[in-house]
Amino acid sequence: MSDQEKANTQTSRAPISQRGHLVKMPTNGTAIGALVTISIDGLEVKVPLGTTILEAAKQIGVKIPTLCYHEDLCIAGVCRICVVEVEGQRTLQAACAYPITSPLKIRTHTRKVRQARRRILDLLLSKHYGECYSCFRNGNCELQSLAADLGVDFFRFGHPDKPTSETDNSSYSVQRDMNKCILCRRCVRTCIDLQEVGVLEAVHRGDKTRISTFMDKPLAEVVCINCGQCINRCPTAALGAADPTDDVWRDIINPAKHVVIQTAPAPRAAIGECFGLAPGTPLTFEMNSALRAIGFDKVFDTNFTADLTIIEEGTELILRLHKALVEKQPVALPQFTSCSPGWVKYIEHFYPEMLPHMSSAKSPQQMFGSVIKTYYAKLHNLDPADIVTVALMPCSAKKFECNRPEMASSGYKDVDYGLVTRELAQMFKEAGIELPKMPKSDFDDPFGTATGSGVIFGATGGVMEAALRTVIELVSGLKVENLYDHANILPVRGFDGVRYVELTIPKVGPVPDLLKTNKHLPFDSWDWLAGATLKIAVAHGTANAKKVLEDIKAGGKLSECHFIEFMACPGGCLGGGGMPIPTSPAIRAARAKAIYAEDAAYEVRKSHENPAVIRLYNEFLTDGPNGHTAHHLLHTTYTPRGKYIA
Amino acid sequence: MNANRKGLVTFSTIDPDAALRAAVAKTRTEMIAEVTASKLKGRGGAGFPTGVKWNLAAAAKGDAKYVICNADEGEPGTFKDRVILSEVPDLVFAGMTIGGIAIGSAKGIVYLRGEYAYLRAQLEEALARRRAAGLLGPQILSKSVGFDIEIRMGSGAYVCGEETALIESLEGQRGEPRNRPPFPVDTGLGGQPTIVNNVETFACVAAIFAKGAAWFASIGTEKSTGPKLFSVSGDCANPGVYEFPMGITVAELLREVGGEDAKAVQIGGASGRCVPASEFARTISYEDISTGGSVMVFGPQRDMLAVAKNFMEFFVEESCGQCTPCREGNAKLLEGIEMLEEGRCSARYLDELLTLGEVMQNASKCGLGQSSPNAFLSIVSHFQDELMGRTHGPAR
Repeated sequence: MSDQEKANTQTSRAPISQRGHLVKMPTNGTAIGALVTISIDGLEVKVPLGTTILEAAKQIGVKIPTLCYHEDLCIAGVCRICVVEVEGQRTLQAACAYPITSPLKIRTHTRKVRQARRRILDLLLSKHYGECYSCFRNGNCELQSLAADLGVDFFRFGHPDKPTSETDNSSYSVQRDMNKCILCRRCVRTCIDLQEVGVLEAVHRGDKTRISTFMDKPLAEVVCINCGQCINRCPTAALGAADPTDDVWRDIINPAKHVVIQTAPAPRAAIGECFGLAPGTPLTFEMNSALRAIGFDKVFDTNFTADLTIIEEGTELILRLHKALVEKQPVALPQFTSCSPGWVKYIEHFYPEMLPHMSSAKSPQQMFGSVIKTYYAKLHNLDPADIVTVALMPCSAKKFECNRPEMASSGYKDVDYGLVTRELAQMFKEAGIELPKMPKSDFDDPFGTATGSGVIFGATGGVMEAALRTVIELVSGLKVENLYDHANILPVRGFDGVRYVELTIPKVGPVPDLLKTNKHLPFDSWDWLAGATLKIAVAHGTANAKKVLEDIKAGGKLSECHFIEFMACPGGCLGGGGMPIPTSPAIRAARAKAIYAEDAAYEVRKSHENPAVIRLYNEFLTDGPNGHTAHHLLHTTYTPRGKYIA
Repeated sequence: MNANRKGLVTFSTIDPDAALRAAVAKTRTEMIAEVTASKLKGRGGAGFPTGVKWNLAAAAKGDAKYVICNADEGEPGTFKDRVILSEVPDLVFAGMTIGGIAIGSAKGIVYLRGEYAYLRAQLEEALARRRAAGLLGPQILSKSVGFDIEIRMGSGAYVCGEETALIESLEGQRGEPRNRPPFPVDTGLGGQPTIVNNVETFACVAAIFAKGAAWFASIGTEKSTGPKLFSVSGDCANPGVYEFPMGITVAELLREVGGEDAKAVQIGGASGRCVPASEFARTISYEDISTGGSVMVFGPQRDMLAVAKNFMEFFVEESCGQCTPCREGNAKLLEGIEMLEEGRCSARYLDELLTLGEVMQNASKCGLGQSSPNAFLSIVSHFQDELMGRTHGPAR
């Protein structure tokens, strides 16, 4: 491979000419970079050189329709719906892909433009199996809205009246129906460029072009990590999540079943979007009432096991550090977080040799499942066989995770169904529940008390912040509030792809009683950590995870880290593959704001102070964090899958 | 098939080494000025002024720059580049070397059509000879400039003749055109400034430096200077490769090749247009009927609907499938032709198809989609009576 090709294939696989547009252009009009004045439909606007026509039009409120364009993705310019007339150009230009480098006169709705757009849409509709009534994207479909906006009143070039290909339902998480595909390639760009996984690609040419997997294999048999980012960016119903709502309804109405639901933090900050509310409108307590109204016997908060995860994962980290620093034994550091099932499958496929770095702690979802079917069953004298655990998650990969064969340490399937935000909203709608109008109510005991630390698991950096709050206090004996204003550890927050932070442990205190319940703890004081500097990092989106892993392999700065948080999805769980559609940087930022606001409102904001967690260790996990019982119920193993699967 | 006619440039006795020697005696600015003065335009068919392209690439900033010779000759009915490469490859290599020195590039790549693999060995030999003679390598003609040429094979996709798809293909990606702008002159191979020129363009460059820009500009018309190679095929007595001055009329050309009784001539290949007998007085030039070289002669007995169908089948097959107008539009036009064959196409639907053709010309992403309806549109406009009103199957 020659130099120029290496340069092109290092990380992204998007063509270089199209990656240029990912460079964010200053928008305040006075920032660096030369400005150029253009006119759009007679309105003048001054923009920095390199701004696309589409971005310029947005600034002055001119709406240009788009389909293949997505804010999160590199430019494709393939659907051609956004074509506009540029004075002096023979052909129409794609507004999304045209960088402005000179004073242009642009017209966005001339006869030539409208004629082209209608026919382009007619051509797309001639291949799209649009059975809108029976489609799960009915009412939230970009193709449908576009047809309405452009006034489509007949099918100029025909319309398929039956499907011509089978739906791929092989995956526990992501389903593909190519009858709905309009070849915008957002999924391809999501998979190849945003996530750098590379499961989907266009195959064949001309009108035989379709999106496919390696050798046309079913999705369950390729290296798909189930992150579902493609679902969130599909304009139609070509991609969706495997939907368990029928099974959930069936168990809810079965009186012999005790159906409990645990709800993760991210869906609360987003489910309102399905009811027309602005992104970032939290409906936590309305949702609790609604869940009881549709028949769930108990409503629990996944934050409880998020706190539990912090104790288990934090203890594991301390044990690893002790092994490395004091016992001088070989041990895999940095330790990687393991709560994101998309990330777990990513490392299993792409970096199986680095699996020893993974914390063996299960994700909060799975910990909850095994606690419910053991501790909770015993507490309430229930037969675990009659308990159905449903997990409300922001995440399509959670559906795969709960079906992993190893996730049955309770003796039963720990979590029966992974339900995502969109599906629950649909259940509420079907039951006639107007979620925003529901009365507020709290979670059920005995897991009702949660902390702010559990809530922020929903945002990238949240797991790390929660872990730091606990580790700092447990080791130093100091209050985090004295070190960070309101215990907000801001350096780990935000949306930068990779964030690196160093923290010096100011002093050491006594080893807390909670840890001492583990009889095998190899130390009885923190002296060995005195003056130590903790190096941590946070990465979100598997493209960023890849950068971190490559840096560690190359012996770079990140290889010196002690602990790294990885989330498969851009933005963390709040950008998960089960969240309401659409998604964008602004939507994810609004959801994050809601999550941090909820954290700030909690009285208890540190995992180790969660009274329900302390009670669980006292009553049930009596040999302490990382003790025998905890290991059996709350920890797991991984499968080195590799990239080449039979 | 060899040349039927010795011409002014390609099949003359121009010495490529003399051209290169004349070029390296000049400064880079002077070299580009010479090309600009010759008013040479791209011989692949698009007709972009070569001097302007080189000047842009010379001015662009980059860690490296590239010179690409587009030898993917895939336009149906075009076979002149094959003749150039088999008979006078040194002319092309000298032209590429001049281009490299002019824009400040050290690396040239010949993107050779997959079907021309049989030419590769002799081209590699020619390159080796040039290296041995100091005409390629780290020090060209003992000067402090270096340039070398690598041959890379295409794999049979027509669209890879489009310069940005060609670059994608060279980078190991699916051969699909990029968005333009940015253009290859500033963001080409590996994101670096790149000139992509046709085989014949580079041969012309060598001729310009051997005999002077003024000599070149004196041939042809005011706006279309120099001679041009034509690949002539179809219903004529003497098909083959011809070299004529730019600006020759269709009628003159037909006389030369023995095709005077033609009913129509397709100029520019499948993506070109169909010229009926009534317009044979028009000239072949950038200002009138532009072509990369393909001339297909259709005799009086030809069924023009079958001709149109043949072209549309080609585009349905060769569309890269990326943009909507080209991917779906070509298939709809072909479907329309099949309806015409069976007499099922209403005049109203034919109008829809003509509008669709215009939309494809206006809105497709690259030159392939923008030109694919040309043949259909020109055949319908000139031969509508012949096409309409069929009752059962294709006419024989």
